[in-house]
Amino acid sequence: MLITCPYCGPRDVIEFTYQGDGNRERPQPASQDLDAWNAYVYDRLNPAGDHNEIWQHSGGCRAHLRVVRNTITHEILSTAFARGGHKSTENRAEGRS
Amino acid sequence: MAEPHLPERQSPLEPEHHPGSHGNFEHGVDVILSETRAGSILQLAAWPGEEKRLIEIIRKVTGLALPDGAGGGVNSGARAVFGFAPGKFTVVDEAEGLAQAFAGSITPAIGTLTDLSHGRTAIRIAGPKAEWVMAKFFAIDFALPAFPLGAGRSTNHHDIFAQIQRSGADQFDIYVFRSFARSFWKALCHASEEVGYEVQ
Repeated sequence: MLITCPYCGPRDVIEFTYQGDGNRERPQPASQDLDAWNAYVYDRLNPAGDHNEIWQHSGGCRAHLRVVRNTITHEILSTAFARGGHKSTENRAEGRS
Repeated sequence: MAEPHLPERQSPLEPEHHPGSHGNFEHGVDVILSETRAGSILQLAAWPGEEKRLIEIIRKVTGLALPDGAGGGVNSGARAVFGFAPGKFTVVDEAEGLAQAFAGSITPAIGTLTDLSHGRTAIRIAGPKAEWVMAKFFAIDFALPAFPLGAGRSTNHHDIFAQIQRSGADQFDIYVFRSFARSFWKALCHASEEVGYEVQ
């Protein structure tokens, strides 16, 4: 599986570290909303299809990336720097599950 | 600022550094391995949006103008600079004291400077089979059009992080952690046996 790093170009998946589901939204640190914290820690969409993910190019430029990966085919549909998160920019996987 | 009094640097490769020709060299050596022993190896990082100011500071201090684009770099022989991550650059000088030359220029508002002169070992591989040997180590494209002269790449070999700069058409400088340098050097020597190599 190749992931195209926006800085380094296409690299083998062995250079990358999976950082988790990119759909999670962390509550404000002071939040007392237990349901929001529960959702952040435990709830996952677990889609069979396109999935928002956060990866780090840990064996290369070390940038954090937002990646849309198809969980059935492992096709990488898009990659971008993670700064700003999945929700602040065009999101190909939004609304799918 | 007073000049720091640093101890004399010793090569971590020394027990495994055997000058001369090795391996399958009956028909000539196809790669030359050496340690460049750069006096200064710095890592410069710009905060987001401050990259252009940092590139300008690098140009003023070193005289090296970074080309646009990810992984762009330039190598003048005595000095070298290349991008290895967004907003981050490795700057190398064969002389010591480059960190002092940058002191005062890189303000906290622009970014940071980390002196890695004692933390990295620079290994040079040169020769007609340099690309061949490098391709056995790293899963990146070493062909000249994909990896132009002066450009830098961040990658790793068996989890040993490596920064690579193409310092010649058939020459690469590899920056590895000093603590892993001897192990990496031994592996590089083994990989070079089939083409015949000379250690300088």
